[in-house]
Amino acid sequence: MRIASLCQLLLALVLAPLLPGVINKVKAFVAGRTGPPIVQLYHDMFKLLGKGAVYSETTTSVFRFAPLAGLAAVIVALTLLPIGSVRALLAFPGDLVLLAYLLGLMRFLTVIGALDTGSSFEGMGASREVQFSALAEPVLMLTMVALARQADNLSLSGIYPAITGNTWVQAGPALAMISAALLAVSLAENARIPVDDPNTHLELTMIHEVMVLDFSGPDLAFIHYAAALKLWVFGSLLVGLCLPLRTGQALADVGAFLAGMFLFATVIGIIESTMARLRLLRVPQMLVGAGAIAIVALVLVLR
Amino acid sequence: MQAWTDLVLILVILTNLALAGLSSFGTCVRVLAFQGVLLGLVTVGVQQGDLSLHTLVLVAGIVAIKGLVFPRLLLRAVREAGVRHEVEPFIGFATSLLIGTLALPLAMWLTSHLPRVGPAVPPLLIPTAFHAILIGLLLIVSRRKAVTQVLGYLALENGIFIFGVGLVRQATLLVEMGILLDVFVAVFVMGIAIFHISREFDHIDTDRLSLLKE
Amino acid sequence: MVAALFLIPALAGLAAFVIRPHGVRRALLLGAALAHAALTAQAWRRPPTPALDGLLSLDELGLLFLSITSALFLAATFYGIGYLRHQKPGEGQDFGQGLAFANAPEAVFTGCLLLFLAMMTLVSLSGHFGLNWVAMEATTLASAPLIYFHRHSRSLEATWKYLLICSVGIALALLGVFLVAVAATDPARTTVSLMMAELIRRGGDLNHIWLKLAFVFLLVGYGTKMGLAPLHTWLPDAHSESPSVVSALLSGALLNCAFLCILRGYQILAAAGCAAFAQDLLVLLGLLSMGAAAVFIIGQPDYKRMLAYSSVEHIGILALGMGLGGAGIFGAMLHAVNHSLTKAMLFLVAGNLLAAYHTKTGDRIQGALRVLPVSGALWLAGFLAITGSPPFGPFLSEFTVLRAALEQGHVVTAILYLAFLGMIFVGMAGVFLQMTYGRASLPAAERPTHETLLSILPPTALGIAVLILGIWVPAPLLDLLHRAASALGGF
Repeated sequence: MRIASLCQLLLALVLAPLLPGVINKVKAFVAGRTGPPIVQLYHDMFKLLGKGAVYSETTTSVFRFAPLAGLAAVIVALTLLPIGSVRALLAFPGDLVLLAYLLGLMRFLTVIGALDTGSSFEGMGASREVQFSALAEPVLMLTMVALARQADNLSLSGIYPAITGNTWVQAGPALAMISAALLAVSLAENARIPVDDPNTHLELTMIHEVMVLDFSGPDLAFIHYAAALKLWVFGSLLVGLCLPLRTGQALADVGAFLAGMFLFATVIGIIESTMARLRLLRVPQMLVGAGAIAIVALVLVLR
Repeated sequence: MQAWTDLVLILVILTNLALAGLSSFGTCVRVLAFQGVLLGLVTVGVQQGDLSLHTLVLVAGIVAIKGLVFPRLLLRAVREAGVRHEVEPFIGFATSLLIGTLALPLAMWLTSHLPRVGPAVPPLLIPTAFHAILIGLLLIVSRRKAVTQVLGYLALENGIFIFGVGLVRQATLLVEMGILLDVFVAVFVMGIAIFHISREFDHIDTDRLSLLKE
Repeated sequence: MVAALFLIPALAGLAAFVIRPHGVRRALLLGAALAHAALTAQAWRRPPTPALDGLLSLDELGLLFLSITSALFLAATFYGIGYLRHQKPGEGQDFGQGLAFANAPEAVFTGCLLLFLAMMTLVSLSGHFGLNWVAMEATTLASAPLIYFHRHSRSLEATWKYLLICSVGIALALLGVFLVAVAATDPARTTVSLMMAELIRRGGDLNHIWLKLAFVFLLVGYGTKMGLAPLHTWLPDAHSESPSVVSALLSGALLNCAFLCILRGYQILAAAGCAAFAQDLLVLLGLLSMGAAAVFIIGQPDYKRMLAYSSVEHIGILALGMGLGGAGIFGAMLHAVNHSLTKAMLFLVAGNLLAAYHTKTGDRIQGALRVLPVSGALWLAGFLAITGSPPFGPFLSEFTVLRAALEQGHVVTAILYLAFLGMIFVGMAGVFLQMTYGRASLPAAERPTHETLLSILPPTALGIAVLILGIWVPAPLLDLLHRAASALGGF
């Protein structure tokens, strides 16, 4: 079993950079363009790792260790996630809280890295990031609590195997609402379109991109990689919930899971193609709406 | 049947939340129209199979008035008054959405303190009814525009209706139709009043109706 | 026969919307009012048979309130015809802001007035909780256009508040009606009847918790319409901004109808053995209403608003009398009659003063006795009657309520009651006496040369009735009051 768990972690580490590639491909397809190849991010990272980094005189050591530490945090988060019926490498009661904290730690490191540059521009991005995540994080916790109550288990590796097709029959509306809230949080946390536009370089509207403007070389590669892994984390939370195929056979489960991740990336791509970015003032409203749905779901499962 | 009714009731709760959190009148009116249709479905759902002529007439009346006639009337009033959005209510949209969400546990808590009403009633019915009533009251007290207050009145009325169709079996059709007719005329008269207010004052902000006070 | 009571004003009201000649429409109004009064008088001699499977039936309580409504409407009709004759069609002068405004078409006014009567009649006739609700909500809708007869901004504001607050209140009363049905549901039966008589018969079987909850909602809902503090906020606006003839009906008849609906709920609670719960609530709200009215009456410059607050006070006395139980219930029934007659008379006289002086501010009016001798005298008599001074009717009924409080040992309640009555007497005396006496504040050229018969006859008749009731209550009325009180568990 340990081997299988290790394998699924390696799978995540290797395949995660494909997700942004799929999203971009879908967007290009909808727009009628060819678009970059799916493996574009691998090329970018490889190129960046071969380059040297440029550091501004005003930065301190915080700026240097932030990208690597952020990457470390998200990798630890990945070790907590199960795939289908395959347990995670680390599993203990309450690990869902650790997951939320690791994601928070990663965000904190990105933010202090951005603040360390001393640029007012990056400070603005950091403030927005913190403002929105202050609303997104409670929603994530609410969905986790609702799932834990539904499965009557406090560990992610206990919760996800317990969600089966039968659970959907019994508590379909609640699970659907949890999924919707989780999708909204995924979009907000990963700087996807209704909240932030990963492709924009218009200063006043950027959130995530503006924070990483000053990073270069391997540091930037780490940041891109960490972002892809974070998307994988949210993707697997959502896919495990929405595709409750539990055959018991590790290979079949993982296959279904990978298909689900592909679907997840496609859905995000479609959302990005069809929706416009929300005005900054409307973003909190959307997150509060997601929170409201999560609370309703929680109340329903508590009943 | 039970799961199906539950789904409809949950949708009613979500439409309530949408009413609390949305600012555009047009969207709110459409949400309310959808809620009217849901109300018809609830009426069918709680009857447990035996669809009498009585029920069908009632459902047709509910869907026709709440799903079709009211939206038309209200959209017309909105057009006449020339305003499309609620502006800065006394309680912000995000806050009222939050209050509206917290009203759900409150409704559940209230229900748990009431005596049981028998196995035939879906367990979610009474909380949903209370929730709609609370949302209606919230809209009435926290919004400035006369149109939204009417929307709040209708949400309140819907909540009471859910309570009625769920718990009161075999009331007289005459009376049920009378109730629907009354609500219809009420909205009609309110629509006329909104029209007069917008003409007389050039706005429909009810907080600026303050000539009469001590 | 029962149906005719409702149908005559309802059909006449619908017809009034389409009849064009003023003369014919006014004759129709008068005819309907007379026919209604005649049918009501007939019901005194012989109780009418129920109709529509008991949906429409007339018991003692219903007859009492129906008679009040019918009598007031008759008086208001005579007054109203005179009033409509003097209103120039389509224009008017706003006393408050000096702006011109238009009047609503007379056909709409007359039609709504008759429908208003029909719906109030239906409230008194209905033996079914649901139908009661339907009729009560319909009174709101029928009377809203009446308040907006003078189409200016203040009356529009009053209309909006009235419509919205009362509709919301009455919606809550509907929840109360449904809760009554839930309380009456027992698992063995599939159908629930909301007929008053059957619910009273099954009193013991009803679920107490649901029933108490139902009464709370009924009290809040119909209490809004009745003007119990703290739900009275719409009342001073609506009653002061509507034409005086409408104010008289709103204060004198409509508040009673709402009270009747609460009494219906009370009857069920009493049958189930929960009367004490209802009585505590009624005493509390009654005292609260009297207190709120006392606070707002003192220093009130607008005399029509003062009359409106006085209605809140008297509604409080009704609730208090009901809440005290025993002789208090008889006192409340008698007071309902006295208050309606007195308040209607005062509002009609207020209309005369307003027409002569063109102001609603009490300070600007002096010497009403010189300018309008009859109206001035009636104004003074009305003031004495409404503040509970002998020898007028309200003195008798207010005294009965006081005696009930003392007999049952509610000393604090009795002290508060007297204190509020005293405050209100002082508050009203200042304005009323100054308006009546002194030199005429109108220049001689603007004084009306005479008072028209139609404007003084109805209030005079009402005033004489109040005076008679203070000295001697006729035997049939006394009998009816006792029977109504005993139907509510009093004596």
